[in-house]
Amino acid sequence: MRINKFVIGGVLILGAVVFLIWSSTAASAEYFLTVDELNAKGVGVVDKNLRVSGAVIGDSIQYDPQSLTLSFEVAHVPADNLAIESEGGLAEVLHQAVMDPSRARIQVVYVGPKPDLLRNEAQAIMTGRMGEDGVFYAEELLLKCPTRYEEAVPEQAG
Amino acid sequence: MIANFGFGVLLITFFVALYSVFAAIYGERRQLPSMVESARRAMLLTWPLLTLASLVLIYLLVNNHYEVQFVYEVTSRSMPMYLKITAWWGGQAGSLLFWSWLMAAFTSLVTLRKWDRDREFLPWVIVVACATMAFFIGMNVFFENPFAQLYQTFQGVSAYTLKPADGILFTPEDGRGLNPLLRHPGMIIHPPMLYLGFVAYVIPYAFAMAALITGRTDDRWIRLTRRWSLWAWLFLSFGLVLGGRWAYDVLGWGGYWGWDPVEIAAFMPWLTGTAFLHSVMIQEKRGMLKHWNMLLIILTYALVIFGTFLTRSGVLSSVHSFAQSAIGPLFFAFIGFTLITSVALIIYRWSSLKSETEMTSVLSREALFLFNNLLFMSILVVCFWGVIFPLISELFTGQKVTVGPPFYERATSPLFGGLMLLMGIAPLSAWGHSTVKTLGRALWKPAIAALLITVVLFFTYTQRVGALIGFFLVAFVILVTIYEYWRGAYARQRSQGENVLTAFWNLTGRNRRRYGGYIIHISMMLMAIGILGIEMFQMETQGTLQQGQTISLGNYELTYREVAQWDDLPSGVNYRRAVLDVHEDGEYLGQLAPRIDYYYDSQQNMTIPGQRSTMRDDLYVLLVDWEPVGASGATFKIYINPLVNWLWLGSFLFLAGVVIAAWPEKEAERVPVKARVRVPQKQTSAAD
Repeated sequence: MRINKFVIGGVLILGAVVFLIWSSTAASAEYFLTVDELNAKGVGVVDKNLRVSGAVIGDSIQYDPQSLTLSFEVAHVPADNLAIESEGGLAEVLHQAVMDPSRARIQVVYVGPKPDLLRNEAQAIMTGRMGEDGVFYAEELLLKCPTRYEEAVPEQAG
Repeated sequence: MIANFGFGVLLITFFVALYSVFAAIYGERRQLPSMVESARRAMLLTWPLLTLASLVLIYLLVNNHYEVQFVYEVTSRSMPMYLKITAWWGGQAGSLLFWSWLMAAFTSLVTLRKWDRDREFLPWVIVVACATMAFFIGMNVFFENPFAQLYQTFQGVSAYTLKPADGILFTPEDGRGLNPLLRHPGMIIHPPMLYLGFVAYVIPYAFAMAALITGRTDDRWIRLTRRWSLWAWLFLSFGLVLGGRWAYDVLGWGGYWGWDPVEIAAFMPWLTGTAFLHSVMIQEKRGMLKHWNMLLIILTYALVIFGTFLTRSGVLSSVHSFAQSAIGPLFFAFIGFTLITSVALIIYRWSSLKSETEMTSVLSREALFLFNNLLFMSILVVCFWGVIFPLISELFTGQKVTVGPPFYERATSPLFGGLMLLMGIAPLSAWGHSTVKTLGRALWKPAIAALLITVVLFFTYTQRVGALIGFFLVAFVILVTIYEYWRGAYARQRSQGENVLTAFWNLTGRNRRRYGGYIIHISMMLMAIGILGIEMFQMETQGTLQQGQTISLGNYELTYREVAQWDDLPSGVNYRRAVLDVHEDGEYLGQLAPRIDYYYDSQQNMTIPGQRSTMRDDLYVLLVDWEPVGASGATFKIYINPLVNWLWLGSFLFLAGVVIAAWPEKEAERVPVKARVRVPQKQTSAAD
């Protein structure tokens, strides 16, 4: 009888936690896609929460301070860490992605203050939804600048 | 070559630490006290050696030795002296060295205490601590050498530990410098605070392992390391709060915590550490949950290593963008090895860790503590699930799916609520046995009062259910704690004839652990007020203003007055600063001056908010954009963050609470009174 109380209590808590995790995962899952995959799926992913990562094309950055509307293009970068490593590290991969005009690109629109780290060859990690017009509407924008931190030494000595 | 000298010192330290490990094992197995003593002395040597290596590194940092790769990466000529010194932990190689240095300091401190009664623990504590240290120094020696220098060879410029045959030393003119976002006092103290916490947790783990290996599995190891785990917990908690403060001041999104994988990595050992802090009390008082406590400290240690690795490896995408490096698999191998060994030891000692008493009452203090532990572990599981979910989903569906902050907020808030409820009930329940009746008698007054406060808030402040539940719990916990405190002081006042203040003072002094704990509970509730405020009631607006124009948010009106732009050449920074007048309901409050600092060397902007902080709310203004001459105006983003100051206030009270709980007590080494069957609550608070 006594043991039962604890077993029941434990099972209840366990059940509640499993339910919490399961329902919260279902409610807030974000599908991580590369730009290539996003272009391939097209309108098939219009309603889903997406998380897309790409290399920022510096020339495409436009900012309207009146409406706080930021728009830019990102180029496809591989999502796999191993692939990034084998191609010479994140900074190199981002650089290649921006230089290569044949890479898949998408247009991104974000409303909010312009982030300090947004610049050419930064890695943008965007959360949001794909519009039916083929533009990615980002609700959240994270930026990574590998060159700001530790990376290889300068390409060539002066 | 001074850098080579530094590397040489590191190499020697590595072997000294290894020697210490093997000498301690050998001496213990062969029963050679002189060998164990030799191991202890070798261990004591590591701290001066690592101090020397660190001083060499600091010398190189301060004197612009850019031929050293690490110096090149984390400093630049325009950085002030203190930033050059703190660049010690500004990158991976340096922070690994910093880790080892702290580890050596703590282990030395531990061995300097009197060991008379606990001599059999000594060799094994040395083994665990020095093996951990050797692992970290080994990382430095073989993979992340902070003293590697740049050499020009036919293949270009690369970093080498030793001069390559055809290489010529290459010295860049200037270093790359520290990211300006990291040049903030909070960010300078935040990593060492976290590291202090991380490293200090190795000590209780080492003692736990020593207890398992020697078979002295009573609660001696817990008593010996109680203070260590408290200090570790203090530093870890404070490190987390500082990180939050930094994000609030610098990152300019009006928040303090983003459920970023790296933040979670530091939060997970905090969760197990907090659970450990509570559950050891059950073992001390009732002789129960011995396996559980062992598991908790092992888990904490594993999470500490995991956290160190995660914050420094970049395996997960995160705002804390750190470099990727080759040390990942080694970290996992090390964590796996320690986990397997530790768990194997628990299984080996399983029968000697049996509980001395049985848990009978669901409302007894120990049962409530058990629930508290379950909730902490549940939050841990949620966090862990969130961090590894992308990997799992990719493994099973081929599709990488991530979960963001909404997942964590949704899944953890009921669990945090449950913890708060327990925080209100548990202090009033008795060890051994409690019933609804006895608990109800103790709780109904604070519960009614908290309910009244909630009703008042319903009519005056908010009608949101989530917030009201939160505020009810906060009020309930604070009232219960104060009530309990007051009962103790009142009893003392009557029996000892002391006045109120003396009674409070002596009460706390006589039972620091309990009343320090109560202060910590109250401080957590103050932090909860801040978190509820910013999570539930944050308001924001944005707009572009001409000079003299006004924008309003809540009760505030902000009028854009002027801008200025100037260069500070010695620091290499360009400042753009806007000034706004702030009125509330027509009454002039003062001015705010949000800034954008542009750092020439790293070509990066840094947005400094203008803040007006009161206990009621923070007005938080960002200068988003501004064109210099003939422009159309300046753009601002404005937040009202209600109650957020309570978060920072709570963290100061928290500090005080932990210091009170951890302060050395004269009679701390008393023999414990075991398995008191039933202790009525009134007597404990009066007699303690």
